[in-house]
Amino acid sequence: MTIATLAFYLFAVSALAGGLFTVISRNPVHSVLWLILAFISSAGFFVLLGAEFLAMLLLIVYVGAVAVLFLFVVMMLDVDFAALKAEMAKYMPLALLIGVILLMQFALAFANWDTAPQAEAARAAVTPPDMENTAALGMLLYDRYFLIFQLAGLILLVAMVGAIILTLRHRQDVKRQDILAQMYRDPDKAMELRDVKPGQGL
Amino acid sequence: MQADLSVIVPEIVIAVYAMAALVLTAYTGKDRMAGMLVWLTAGLFLALSIWIGIGGDGARVAFGGMFHDDAFARFAKITILLSAAAVLVMGQEYMARRNILKFEYPLLIALAAVGMMMMVSAGDLMALYMGLELQSLALYVVASLRRDSARSTEAGLKYFVLGALSSGLLLYGASLTYGYAGSTLFADIITAAEGQAPVGLLFGLVFVMSGLAFKVSAVPFHMWTPDVYEGAPTPVTAFFATAPKVAAMALLARVVHDAFGNVVGDWSQVIAVLSLLSMFLGGIAAIGQTDIKRLMAYSSIAHMGYALMGLAAGTAFGVQAMLIYMAIYVTMNVGTFAFILSMERDGQPVTEIASLNLYSRAYPARALAMLVLLFSLAGVPPLLGFFGKLYVLRAAYEGGLVWLAVAGVIASVIGAFYYLRIVYYMYFGQEREPLETGRSPVIWSLLMASAAIMLVGIINMFGVEGMAQAAAATLVQ
Repeated sequence: MTIATLAFYLFAVSALAGGLFTVISRNPVHSVLWLILAFISSAGFFVLLGAEFLAMLLLIVYVGAVAVLFLFVVMMLDVDFAALKAEMAKYMPLALLIGVILLMQFALAFANWDTAPQAEAARAAVTPPDMENTAALGMLLYDRYFLIFQLAGLILLVAMVGAIILTLRHRQDVKRQDILAQMYRDPDKAMELRDVKPGQGL
Repeated sequence: MQADLSVIVPEIVIAVYAMAALVLTAYTGKDRMAGMLVWLTAGLFLALSIWIGIGGDGARVAFGGMFHDDAFARFAKITILLSAAAVLVMGQEYMARRNILKFEYPLLIALAAVGMMMMVSAGDLMALYMGLELQSLALYVVASLRRDSARSTEAGLKYFVLGALSSGLLLYGASLTYGYAGSTLFADIITAAEGQAPVGLLFGLVFVMSGLAFKVSAVPFHMWTPDVYEGAPTPVTAFFATAPKVAAMALLARVVHDAFGNVVGDWSQVIAVLSLLSMFLGGIAAIGQTDIKRLMAYSSIAHMGYALMGLAAGTAFGVQAMLIYMAIYVTMNVGTFAFILSMERDGQPVTEIASLNLYSRAYPARALAMLVLLFSLAGVPPLLGFFGKLYVLRAAYEGGLVWLAVAGVIASVIGAFYYLRIVYYMYFGQEREPLETGRSPVIWSLLMASAAIMLVGIINMFGVEGMAQAAAATLVQ
């Protein structure tokens, strides 16, 4: 057994364990931590496949940003997970039944699954010999799939506009700071110096 | 790259306009500029639709086959842009008076239009999905635009959750298709299967079609429609019932013909079943409705059934019939929703059907226009709606689906009942609290124009027939 095979099985076992415990652990914070394990193990797979850039991306984006976001949501939102689970349990038998039937249908389909003769060649996106992994990815993303990439940007814009339009509330009864107004205030008009005599008051 | 970009100029223009207007308005006038933006967006839509209409013939392909600019896409785009422009200006006054006219609204509609134009031009499963999501995401937001109403929020949430589910189905289907064909390009998928669809492709096809059936609200994927139509603000409902339906239907036609055109028998039966169920459920469930927006939801489900009937034929004539049907459907719906938008009492919108009692006494001209539209929706002979139905029935008959055509005639008789019931209320109802009518000249002229088209259009359909024929010919080889 080579080191690579050993590493593969190591990552595979920990990815599966991470996925399993994400679903079944009772504490949602633990779930997120298990999820991070699953992400890291998947990053290991990418390294084994020779896609180092994707591996690093997975670590930075998913572990660094997404998982932390999950943690924030889990800790900050007051979601009663026990109640949610109880609600789920009501529909469990039916869901299980449908799930099992679907699974059986898929098993039937996948038993005689084959691919088109030209599929293998069409699917391969071979890295050009004079190019690094990252550069090849960039060529695919920003050249061949330029249109889709830009559309994804528009979708994110819509998501942002939507989040703002649905949650932003302009309150009229709140005083806001207007920096320009502050700077252009004229001290002569804003205040008045009075000479107050002792014992007389204003 | 430059040649590619020149093909998508209309999409770029709208996207850049939306982004520029978003930034400019956010820094200057905010919601005060919303009314002006609505007109500006509608004007842009109108100008672009004219430009697309008079622009070059022929088919162009860009981005390695991911984007098609052909007669079919142009037909769908013109229909989408014109109906979106009409619906935008129609709802402006209504939204302004109810304080829900935000400056983002016309811009979200503009971005949704970009998505819809991408959808009808898609030549790749990924481009299809991106266009679809761009359109849907904007629609989810505008559905819940009235934030202080639980109904509107519920509509947006329901639409979002079910839309996400349908996207999941679609993506799963796309991944199975990719797994079989080894490519997401329609041009590659179509060469992967001849005659009998292999099991992998079949599963993919069914999942993709289920996902798209959600978007056109075909039975059994229609559950969200009545609730969303009822809960969303009426101008938004009017939008939902028109442009996105055309886009989703055109997208469905493009996928089944461009990507699965070699296995017509496999998808034709699925679409025939969807069509049959939609026609009957739409017709029967609408009978019990008391809210006119819910009624229009079921009406749109039934109409989608008829449009699908054309598609089920699997022929070029079927696609032509579907396009003509959708163009007529959109025109009718613009007029009908113009009428619904004008229904009010004491300045509050009313959507109860019973409130239309003896409407014709107070407003004979409007009642007459609505009568024409309702007869046309029901498919009563001398009107344009009848010719739309005739086309799809003929397509189904010539495509060998005689049983479906017969069922369509029966369903159309059932469906006529609830349209005629509104006419009955308007002309022979009981004395009830009278309904007032908004005085917006825009709404009035759209209502009258739409009714006039139903009458005048029967002469030559304004050339739509020939355009649809050319469009269908490019799609079905």
